Amino acid sequence: MTTAAAKTMTQAWQALCHRDDLVPFSGVAAWIETEEGPAQLAIFYLPGHETELYALDHHDPFANANVIARGIVGDLKGEPVVASPIHKQHFRLADGQCLEDDSIKLRTWPIGFDGDQVMIQA
Amino acid sequence: MNNKVQRLIIIGNGMVGHHLVEQLIERGATAHYAITVFGEERHRAYDRVHLSEYFTGRNADSLALSTADHYAEHGIVLRLHESVTAIDRDVGKVITEAGHYPYDRLVLATGSYPFVPPMPGSDRDGCLVYRTLDDLDAIRSAAESASTGVVVGGGLLGLEAANALRGLNLDTAVVEFAPRLMPMQVDSEGGELLREKIEALGVQVHTDRATQRIEDGVDAAHRMVFQDDKVLEADLIVFSAGIRPRDELARDSALEMGERGGVVIDDRCLTSDPAILAVGEVALWNNSIFGLVAPGYQMAKVAADTLLGPFDHIQGESFRGADMSTKLKLLGVDVGAIGDAHGNQTPGARVFRYLDQIKQQYRKLVVSGDGKRLVGAMLVGDNGVYDTLLQYYSNGLDLPEDPASLILPSSEGAPTLGPDALPETATICSCHNVSKGDVCATLDAGASDLATVKDETRASTGCGGCAALLKSVVEHELESRGVEVDRSICEHFAHTRQELYDIVRIEGIKTFGELIGKHGASSSRSLGCDICKPAVASILASCFNEPITDAAHIPLQDTNDTFMANMQKNGTYSVVPRVPGGEITPGKLMVLGRVAETYGLYTKVTGGQRIDLFGARLEDLPDIWSELLDAGFETGHAYAKSLRTVKSCVGSTWCRYGVQDSVGMAIRLENRYKGLRSPHKLKFGVSGCTRECAEAQGKDIGVIATENGWNLYVCGNGGMRPRHAELFATDLDDDRLIQLIDRFLMFYVRTADRLQRTSVWRENLEGGLDYLKEVIVDDSLGIGQELERQMQTVIDTYRCEWADAIDDPEKLKRFRSFVNDARPDPDIIVTEERGQLRPA
Ligand code: SRM
Ligand SMILES: Cc1cc2nc3c(=O)[nH]c(=O)nc-3n(C[C@H](O)[C@H](O)[C@H](O)COP(=O)(O)OP(=O)(O)OC[C@H]3O[C@@H](n4cnc5c(N)ncnc54)[C@H](O)[C@@H]3O)c2cc1C
Ligand code: SF4
Ligand code: FES
Repeated sequence: MTTAAAKTMTQAWQALCHRDDLVPFSGVAAWIETEEGPAQLAIFYLPGHETELYALDHHDPFANANVIARGIVGDLKGEPVVASPIHKQHFRLADGQCLEDDSIKLRTWPIGFDGDQVMIQA
Repeated sequence: MNNKVQRLIIIGNGMVGHHLVEQLIERGATAHYAITVFGEERHRAYDRVHLSEYFTGRNADSLALSTADHYAEHGIVLRLHESVTAIDRDVGKVITEAGHYPYDRLVLATGSYPFVPPMPGSDRDGCLVYRTLDDLDAIRSAAESASTGVVVGGGLLGLEAANALRGLNLDTAVVEFAPRLMPMQVDSEGGELLREKIEALGVQVHTDRATQRIEDGVDAAHRMVFQDDKVLEADLIVFSAGIRPRDELARDSALEMGERGGVVIDDRCLTSDPAILAVGEVALWNNSIFGLVAPGYQMAKVAADTLLGPFDHIQGESFRGADMSTKLKLLGVDVGAIGDAHGNQTPGARVFRYLDQIKQQYRKLVVSGDGKRLVGAMLVGDNGVYDTLLQYYSNGLDLPEDPASLILPSSEGAPTLGPDALPETATICSCHNVSKGDVCATLDAGASDLATVKDETRASTGCGGCAALLKSVVEHELESRGVEVDRSICEHFAHTRQELYDIVRIEGIKTFGELIGKHGASSSRSLGCDICKPAVASILASCFNEPITDAAHIPLQDTNDTFMANMQKNGTYSVVPRVPGGEITPGKLMVLGRVAETYGLYTKVTGGQRIDLFGARLEDLPDIWSELLDAGFETGHAYAKSLRTVKSCVGSTWCRYGVQDSVGMAIRLENRYKGLRSPHKLKFGVSGCTRECAEAQGKDIGVIATENGWNLYVCGNGGMRPRHAELFATDLDDDRLIQLIDRFLMFYVRTADRLQRTSVWRENLEGGLDYLKEVIVDDSLGIGQELERQMQTVIDTYRCEWADAIDDPEKLKRFRSFVNDARPDPDIIVTEERGQLRPA
């Protein structure tokens, strides 16, 4: 399984923000402290979909800028993706895989709601 | 040979002479030759093939084959309105009324003149010809005081002239010496059908008539008297009884001539004097004169090779004659003739004929004795099968088992010839001599659309007759290379942008969710993607103009639209307030300076006559904008596919040449169309006089002041593939100008593809500029008012997007770097350069 899944064994869930902070069918950025230091997250909210919340790296490795949360969310061949706002590479929301470049993968974190509270495991 | 620059003189600046100059420029001949061109006419080379359009709205400028400065830009001297009166071959010079000009090489491109049969009275006032712009001016002015007109000559040009007279509201007749119209192209059945069709248009047709003399008329200015003493009266007479080569210079300087005129040339376009070449309608090759432009262009190409041979040591192709097949529409009647259309030059040829007297169509095939090859064809009333037949003919393709199926009505299953059936050598465009192989080579070299192929090969940029064939070959070849020619916008909609636009408008759909729910490609709950979402956002905005920051629209926008600023490479944004027409008060300039200083922004004057403030952090954008809004600025839509800037020159207010207030008009236009969401960005320019300091001809919409109002240009482009805008309408008053721009823009918004600038849209528009003029200027589709109304809705609902967002805490919530932390993004690092900050 992925590293993100491996981490779930050891990391605790923490409160991140409120449902109102999210933008439906789009992304927002958040800041968390992890064992490896601070990380910028891109959080996407797809109300009514099977998986409603996704958390990925906010950092775009192609552009070397923190912008992923500001990309357009969509789906390609049925899989939810985000397109980087800088050069439009697509990243799969489920596992961060870049569709244009096999060797690039964003980190992902388990994320979910507790009532209206957004919880992340990091 | 030697490296000294030689002197090259070209006599004649008609279609072929001009094409030669183009070919020479393209091949860098100006490095070897100092080129001088003499043109007897006042106008620089123009499109004689479309001469008649001079009567239907085009002017000398729009018919011109190049821009006014084109020759000068390449160091070529163009001496217009100066005829060469003699050639001195011994010394090597040409003589005009203005002086003597030495040459090393000389080219005769003097074309031909209309033949006026010698008869008493043919030189009377009001007896005119149809060849040049000046001739047409003369016809136009003579027509003002005339009510009847006669054309002498019922050939191709005669019928074209007759159409022009009809257009000038004259009662028109055609007089033909032969027993039928167009005797060169059609047989008696075809001629009879043609006569019926033309008479039905109200043009009288008199065949078998030889005019003996012209004298004073009784009821009209002139009376024509025929061989049988019958008479015909008219106020105006146009002779169109054939053309003769303008070979007098060659004759006088004793070059070898044909028996019935024409300067003899060889396969390299050389005359009997190796220093002198001849091209176009003055040249006689293999005892033939070619009265069409395509063979002339081929000669020009060969002549350019011949002239450059000594320098690049390449022996180019030689001239090998040309096919005289023609396809025309005369007085609205299709006529086509291919190869040996009469079947009298091919021993043993057999004929198939099809005549439909109800639909008034006539088709004839001439096939070889063994029934295998097409040797000629004739069409009257419908040219639908012309392209197919021409390919059978010119490529020697095997005819189908039953050749008659090619001309029988299609209900009987005529097999059409697909582009795949054509061999590589098949000529697609005869004007520019482009084969299917040439088209494939451009595609192999990376071209991926029709416009690029046209650009690179020039195919279909001449007479335009090959446009449909070229399109089908390109599409077919792209498909066979695995390129999607599927025009669906993306995997979420099996529709083009135009179709989506119509659906949205007709069904009144106001959200992306509703659109994809009802019309999406898959029934599952799909999200859309970064292709269809912004496209639909743009369509919704141009239909309903709801703020793009409304919750329903937010997820559709590119980041630039979401944050109403342009994202830069380090994740910061640029801020570009609107500065209509580039006019700004000192006070506002100071505000920009102050804001930039406060927020540490890099400032630069843009190419669009305004000021860009770069490096704004996401969370600073609302503060920056509230200061700008307070000072009276509005959003500049630099982030949007919508109107960017209207560039202006200072115009009549200050400039000593200005004839109208260009700044005033630019500001008016910018304020009118700001906020209009369109398939791609839009740029305008308004210049105060023809000096064109605002470069309006490089814009989507260009407006240039005239003494009487404004000239409107459309579909120009700077950027990746510059394209000059085309003259669309002249001498407009303010209201008409705005009415036409309203219609034009809305029509573009309706029909263009996603991210298609007006220039590319125009190049792909079937029917081209003429069609566009019909729809916009003449309102041929009757949608003018509707387009104007739609534009008015957009204008009435305009609100500055920043002003709309700034008071709405919900909307401002997005302008936070992190939802759970107030810190700015620590990874944005800047450094100083030339006194300002830039990304490190
Ligand atoms: C700022 C500016 C350059 C400057 O420093 O002067 C500029 C900057 C950009 N241009 Fe431009 N263009 C700017 C004037 C032009 C001009 C000149 C003009 O408008 O007179 C042209 C050629 C004219 C034309 O468009 O026909 C021009 C042709 C392009 C093109 C090519 C368009 C084409 O059809 O060929 C692009 C790419 C595109 O749009 O796909 C482009 C795209 C861009 C983008 C949006 C590229 C990007 O995606 O980041 C740049 C964003 C700037 C920003 O962040 O604010 N820019 N760009 C100019 C802003 C003008 C303004 O005030 O709004
Ligand atoms: C109304 C009309 C419709 C036509 N339609 C078609 C069509 O549909 N398809 C087609 O293929 N062809 C058509 N043609 C024919 C086509 O225009 C000619 O084949 C083409 O223009 C020939 O080019 P050219 O350069 O040889 O001659 P031209 O275009 O006639 O140019 C010769 C130029 O040389 C100048 N000149 C002559 N002598 C001198 C001198 N001593 N010094 C200086 N300058 C001189 C002339 O003034 C003229 O400007 C049409 C022609 C007309 C008039
Ligand atoms: S275009 Fe004409 S009016 Fe405008 S600045 Fe230039 S010269 Fe002056
Ligand atoms: S055949 Fe005339 S443009 Fe192609």
